[in-house]
Amino acid sequence: MSSGAIAKKTETRALQSFLKRAGKSAALPVLKSEGLPHRGIEAWHYTSLRVLEDLDFAEATPLGEVDAQELLRNLVPDLTDGPRVVFVNGFFMPSLSSLPAGVTVVEREAVSAETHPLTVLNAALGRGGVRFHVPEGVDAGNLAIVSLSSAEHPISTHLRHEIALAPGARLTLLEIHAGQGTYLSNPVLRFDVSKAASVRHVKLQADSDTSFHLAFVEGNVAEEGTYDSFTLTLGGRLARHEVRCAMRGLHGNVHVNAAQILDGERHADLTSRITHAAPHCNSRQTVKNVITDAAHAVFQGKIEVERIAQKTDGYQMNQALLLSDRAQIDSKPELEIYADDVKCSHGATIGALDDEQLFYLRSRGIPEIEAKAILVRAFLGDALDLIVDEGLRSWLDARVDAWWAKQVN
Amino acid sequence: MNDFMKISGLCAQIDDNGLPKPILRGLDLEIPKGQVHAIMGPNGSGKSTLSYVLAGRDDYEVTDGSVAFDGQDLLAMSPDERAAAGVFLAFQSPVELPGVNNANFLRTAVNAVRRARGEDELDAVAFLKTVRAETKRLHMSDEMLKRNVNVGFSGGEKKRNEVLQMRMLAPKFAILDETDSGLDIDALRVVADGVNSLRGPDFSALVITHHQRLLDYIQPDRVHVMAKGRIIHSGGPEVARQLEAQGYAKYLEAAA
Repeated sequence: MSSGAIAKKTETRALQSFLKRAGKSAALPVLKSEGLPHRGIEAWHYTSLRVLEDLDFAEATPLGEVDAQELLRNLVPDLTDGPRVVFVNGFFMPSLSSLPAGVTVVEREAVSAETHPLTVLNAALGRGGVRFHVPEGVDAGNLAIVSLSSAEHPISTHLRHEIALAPGARLTLLEIHAGQGTYLSNPVLRFDVSKAASVRHVKLQADSDTSFHLAFVEGNVAEEGTYDSFTLTLGGRLARHEVRCAMRGLHGNVHVNAAQILDGERHADLTSRITHAAPHCNSRQTVKNVITDAAHAVFQGKIEVERIAQKTDGYQMNQALLLSDRAQIDSKPELEIYADDVKCSHGATIGALDDEQLFYLRSRGIPEIEAKAILVRAFLGDALDLIVDEGLRSWLDARVDAWWAKQVN
Repeated sequence: MNDFMKISGLCAQIDDNGLPKPILRGLDLEIPKGQVHAIMGPNGSGKSTLSYVLAGRDDYEVTDGSVAFDGQDLLAMSPDERAAAGVFLAFQSPVELPGVNNANFLRTAVNAVRRARGEDELDAVAFLKTVRAETKRLHMSDEMLKRNVNVGFSGGEKKRNEVLQMRMLAPKFAILDETDSGLDIDALRVVADGVNSLRGPDFSALVITHHQRLLDYIQPDRVHVMAKGRIIHSGGPEVARQLEAQGYAKYLEAAA
């Protein structure tokens, strides 16, 4: 990581626009010295931000209530009633939201020092976000956080949500991203999961075809706690969903499952680091990629097992189905194990649809495109079926079906 | 009438590591409406290739000849169009489809074919009623409908599943490619009954087998002997018995 290469990156128009807006933020010096991530950094080797470097990202302006309502209806017509927090262009929309007890929305607050490039950018430009503390033993049910953008010229939003669960508390969080126009969404989401508490986190990223999505999720899981997540990536010109999750007490559980379904020239990157910092913890990761046209998927999954973390049980699987000759995936699974009594397995497969299976379906009268849809759905099944909440599972299923219908037409 | 299924001078080859390998070498065969014909022949004579070419598998390149089916050019149709037109292939090795539920698969296939034939689709209730009657007839448990297509099925279960699909898709012309292999005598009876009960003026079949035994249960109108990609002898049901007793040598010599 030569500092020369980084210094050069401060020249980009995008970074200049961020620096100008960062004002007196405590994160400004770091943003200034480190710049935006680039391919010279190992963790960004497969994902280049070049596509956004020449853009001038302006401060977003709020949308009127009527326009915001219409935007929500158009972009998330399938949103069901229930507790939800809606942001449009980074601004909280109370009239579209329905806040359960315990949820507050912070408009602006000072953020302590950050080190990761995505959290630095978020801290430098952030406008706050959701704070939710679920009290001891309480099952908070479902909460949806909806982040919409509507941009006529490039804008960027940098929401920061902090979710804390007291011992034994439970929450299902649905995170939805969608928008129109050219924008950068740079959300940061932090979870603090106390003893025997449980979070189920389901994310749909359906951002616009000309948008950029750079998300960072960080979680700490205490004894017997669970962080169970599923991310469905369908949108964005360029997207990265980066997760860091650590199990810090006995018998913790972390599940980082995902599906990246990519068409056109999309580039989507799922990067995760799962840390076993205590004995007897389980981590599970199933990531499926369906890639067509000239789309490009990246998977970087690291499992770290610290010396103390004996009896670790870790599993990681990354699979890709390439539906065109130009489709690409870079897959980088990593295990870093310092304990000696662990069970860790990982695997990666890359393939095309099976001709024999396709012929079998077609010989039963099923037209080619429908036969392909059946096989793709079967491929995704292992991952989608891991979503515990049945309602959310079928909700995402419908999104996958809609994606396929779009491919056919 | 005789043009129901007419195969003329059919030649087909497969790509063998970059080199074309001819398998069918000028095959002629006619199967009239309402008749069941059998093909017997030594391994490597091209029987399975014939069944794949008729069903439309594109690994095989047809280099010459024609296939007329029910007034249409069969070779110009896609596999799903052939199925809709009434062609059904019971696979020698049925394909496993992990993650695809057997009942959903069957219903999708039935409704795709019905749609293409201009018939109303079956709703879930009507479908279940029909499929339950068929599984009962084939001595299959309902549990097999809940499993993934052919995954973890025994050899016999896979063959029954093929016959179930055949009955649900109501073909005019069925090709049974060694449907008897891997079946015990009881399963053979059940499968044969599944085929025989479809027999009638509007159903024809081509039964490919190595064994006389199957033809005791599904009695053919004609038996053809195939070798080196061609039909080298045709006759009545007695041909199967002669083959069982004497082997292929006599026909192979005569054809040489």
